[in-house]
Amino acid sequence: MDHILNGELADLGQKVLSGTRLSREDGIRLYQTKDLLALGSLANWVRRQKNGDKAYFIVNRHINHTNICENLCKLCAFGREAGDPHAYTLGLDEIEAKALASAKERISEIHVVGGLNPGLKLDYYVEMLQRLRQALPGVLIQSFTAVEVDYLAKLHHKPVEEVLALLQAAGLDSLPGGGAEIFAPRVRKIICPKKISGERWLEVHLAAHRLGMRTNATMLYGHVETVEERVDHLISLREAQDRTGGFLTFIPLTFHSRNTGLEPLQLPSSTGYDDLKTLAVARLMLDNFDHIKAFWIYIGLKLAQVALFFGADDLDGTVVEEKIAHDAGAETSQFITKAEIIKTIKAAGFIPVERDTLYNVVEEGF
Amino acid sequence: MNDHEFILNKAVQGGRLTYEEGVVLMASPDLLSLGRAADLVRRRVNPGDLVTFIVDRNINYTNVCSCCCRFCAFYRREDDPDAYIISKEDLFQKIEETLAADGTAVMIQGGLHPKLGLDYYLELISSIKERYHIHIHSFSPPEVAYMAQTSGLSLREVLLKLQEAGLDSLPGGGAEILVNRVRRIVSPNKLSWEQWMAVMAEAHQIGLKTTATMVFGHVETYAERVLHMIRVREQQDRTGGFTAFIPWSYQPGNTALGGDTATGVDYLKTLALARLMLDNIPNIQTSWVTQGARLAQVALAFGANDFGSAMLEENVVRAAGVNYRVPVTEIVHCIQASGFTAAQRNTGYRVLKKFPPS
Repeated sequence: MDHILNGELADLGQKVLSGTRLSREDGIRLYQTKDLLALGSLANWVRRQKNGDKAYFIVNRHINHTNICENLCKLCAFGREAGDPHAYTLGLDEIEAKALASAKERISEIHVVGGLNPGLKLDYYVEMLQRLRQALPGVLIQSFTAVEVDYLAKLHHKPVEEVLALLQAAGLDSLPGGGAEIFAPRVRKIICPKKISGERWLEVHLAAHRLGMRTNATMLYGHVETVEERVDHLISLREAQDRTGGFLTFIPLTFHSRNTGLEPLQLPSSTGYDDLKTLAVARLMLDNFDHIKAFWIYIGLKLAQVALFFGADDLDGTVVEEKIAHDAGAETSQFITKAEIIKTIKAAGFIPVERDTLYNVVEEGF
Repeated sequence: MNDHEFILNKAVQGGRLTYEEGVVLMASPDLLSLGRAADLVRRRVNPGDLVTFIVDRNINYTNVCSCCCRFCAFYRREDDPDAYIISKEDLFQKIEETLAADGTAVMIQGGLHPKLGLDYYLELISSIKERYHIHIHSFSPPEVAYMAQTSGLSLREVLLKLQEAGLDSLPGGGAEILVNRVRRIVSPNKLSWEQWMAVMAEAHQIGLKTTATMVFGHVETYAERVLHMIRVREQQDRTGGFTAFIPWSYQPGNTALGGDTATGVDYLKTLALARLMLDNIPNIQTSWVTQGARLAQVALAFGANDFGSAMLEENVVRAAGVNYRVPVTEIVHCIQASGFTAAQRNTGYRVLKKFPPS
């Protein structure tokens, strides 16, 4: 730790080691440092305090039930108009069949997200949840981003609390963290002008927390946002977490531009430095979050493994049929086996722990 | 202070690490301390904030090879339908494209083709030099040794003839792991480590600079990686002709050997260890071709000071199923985004052009 307490980040090192909360200015300085390894060492110290040498993963299945979307955000390569030849909507029988097909893989979570499809009403979602619950008893259902929940509330002129309660009663256990992007209105106007505001996104999550649902939070970075806007995003999440404590994990998502409406801007892609810095800064700023996830499907398994030393304690899991990042040109494969993920974690000197959505231990001692 | 810290401090202070010390570092799970020490050494060996790269082209003159190494996905037999020997027309066109893209060198390498004799190689080199002003960085030790074997000449005589025909420097391929136990498993028909080193020694003695590579992450032990580095270091003490060390991880796609590739952490540890062990080698290259741009960039914080080649063509790694494409603009962006200044260099590591921060 001596180099942390000597270099340009020495005062921030002192703050972190004494458990003092970092300010907005501190966060910006952390982002701007050229000393990647000092930043990493600091984040690694916090990571070991919170999670020891453990590195979590989950065996789950992703299903994207429809790509028809009214928002058609510029950041997205997945959404289609209803009349598009590549538009699709999965019927409930198909969804159930996909779920049943994964039953033998001993998944602990099913993860369903999709577009804002005006043809799909609340009854579709309720029945989907009921059938998933029946098809996969004991498997937790983490589904529907705040954006989808808000859309359903508007579609049915119901308060979001009521929609969430209906979904929860039908089997929904947890909301994933998607749709957060960057909270700053300036950025949303460019990358997703029709999407709900950052405040609304937070309201939906806080409402879910009040119903006893734990949720995740994300940040899509590496497009048009500034470092300041990233730090403000983290601080908004930290303040929300102070109120409810309902967030499980923070997941930074590196932006992939191919096939999106932002591709013409020819934005330079995020780099390995930026990916590791973003994870490390998040670990340091989000002192009230237990977990930081390096989602291997976005940054590759090699870098995700390295990220375990830069604040991350979770690699997500074996993801079958991930469509959203891949439509935007993520060049990672879509699937790794449990054996591969365990080997990767062990090779880095960490202890692999298979978890469920809520970080209950499913299996350890590999 | 534990062993690990003591050893790292010794390297940072400029002390030479022993084989045993290298083995201790490689076995330690403390990635960040190792990286930190390697970064400090890198900043001492390469002061300033430059990260360099070269624009060149790999030209593989034939894929026919009698070596049939088990880790290789590139080679073909003479009667395979996709076996080839490059035509002069194609060769010259590739060189012209390289020059048009501000390329400064060609790296011409190929298989050990039973029908190609020394005259072929000499004519290949001189035909290029007659027409173009371009650095020829060509023929790794297995090829040179093969020319000596088929011509009956000594290594020195072959190298002198190649040099006279226009060869400027040698790439460091074919080193794999410089331990014969490993070579017997992964490349049983390839030259021994002593022969590999003999080619490099002769090359250095007649004034040809070379690089040295290491392909790791297959059947070798950590200790054998360290031994490889020690053997390169000892040769460098004697002849001083290695310009750079290039570690890259074995790529298992489409090979007889199969298996997995090294992990990201393993790559960074090995590269950092190379920076610490090889106190007499000026440059350590990161490898975007095998690791991808993201991890290759991160390696700049773990001891690497060179981004390798903005290659216009690469067939051998591609044959193993890895196909990362990183054009010059992306290399420059990667270097700048890590806080360094990007510079194009030539094969001799002379800076040709700095890129102002964007």
